[in-house]
Amino acid sequence: MSAATDYLLHLADNALVLGQRNAEWCGHGPILEEDIALSNVSLDLIGQARLLYQLVASLQGGGATEDKLAYFRDTGEFRNYTLLELPHSGPLSGYAKGSLDYGTTIVRNFLYSALMALLWEALEKSANADLAAIAGKSLKEVRYHLRHSRDWLVRLGDGTEESHARTQAALDHLMPYTQEFWTSSPAETAAVAAGIGVDLQTLKADWDGIVDAALTEATLKRPLLEGYVSEGKKGLHSEHLGFLLAEMQSLARAHPNGNW
Amino acid sequence: MTTSIEETWAALADLADPEIPVISLRDLGILRDVRAGADGLEVVITPTYSGCPAMSQIEDDIRSTLKNKGISARVVTQLAPAWTTDWMTESGKEKLRAYGIAPPHQTPAAHNVVRFISRPAKAEAVPCPHCGSSNTVVSSQFGSTACKALYKCQDCQEPFDYFKPY
Repeated sequence: MSAATDYLLHLADNALVLGQRNAEWCGHGPILEEDIALSNVSLDLIGQARLLYQLVASLQGGGATEDKLAYFRDTGEFRNYTLLELPHSGPLSGYAKGSLDYGTTIVRNFLYSALMALLWEALEKSANADLAAIAGKSLKEVRYHLRHSRDWLVRLGDGTEESHARTQAALDHLMPYTQEFWTSSPAETAAVAAGIGVDLQTLKADWDGIVDAALTEATLKRPLLEGYVSEGKKGLHSEHLGFLLAEMQSLARAHPNGNW
Repeated sequence: MTTSIEETWAALADLADPEIPVISLRDLGILRDVRAGADGLEVVITPTYSGCPAMSQIEDDIRSTLKNKGISARVVTQLAPAWTTDWMTESGKEKLRAYGIAPPHQTPAAHNVVRFISRPAKAEAVPCPHCGSSNTVVSSQFGSTACKALYKCQDCQEPFDYFKPY
């Protein structure tokens, strides 16, 4: 596959997987406004994923479609960050089920939106004009996602003893997975060389600035990063992605070529 | 007989948005252009939010309107330049207000965009579309559709939607 399609799939899978995760709150939000907010964020993310998959399908040709890319690829073919596939709860493994934790949801959305607000802005200058157009739209949307998750990060972090403790625990759990942002995958290296992609190292100082300012306001402590660096964007995922995909893909696979 | 570009514009002039039927697609800035393409007329539209579920309905509405009026034209979707609420016409904004939705402010200039703080130090007031008071507060950044936020008027106590700058 070309440098462009590999890179576009990484961006598309990020949006789709987080969109699907966040959609688990639909009908279960802690308050009605947040239920609606997260559903809207998911709608934006799935919309971004669709635009990117449509672009990949047009580049691949040969009967590729957005639906085939979303519903008929398996775990090892997905190129999203591991961070985005983790459940809305603390560290879990295998079949274990935790209760939905809003602190985890907010921390993850904040860490990812802060990155994408910078990355979509940089991708507006991509050598691939179609990607630049998608970046222009997505940037407008992610700024609202960042504002929303940042507001709640501060509210929960600087809230009650309970909300503070849970948000700090979520941050301690999720922050190590952001190390993956700053390592390079072959797809990213090739896309950067072709002028299509952006070297994330050039965005790190700004990302640190956004994160540190918000954490200070939220009275949260930034954990030290060490240990395992996840590699979801290379197709090496946690055990959680398979369950997420099973739920998301089951309907399309039960009725292949179905129309509704 | 071939249909002219003007006739096509006229045919689509009153076509309403499916979600907010008081405003036309033209007033919203979704209907971008009617032009002569290689194989006949092209109607150019641009999506609002990436995930807006109304977009396929909008395309269908345009197709069926053209068909009913005997106009043959292709519908083309164009992403760039990205749709912005700044394209909304003044009459469109007035219609929104009369309908009970506060129309969008001008989008902030690029250099003014929120990056390190959560919101501008002094957010522009969103006047209540019911009583006109500027004493309003945001209840949620996301309202009944992706394009709207939920506000509440502190004077008349009415909740209302605000069409967000995009």
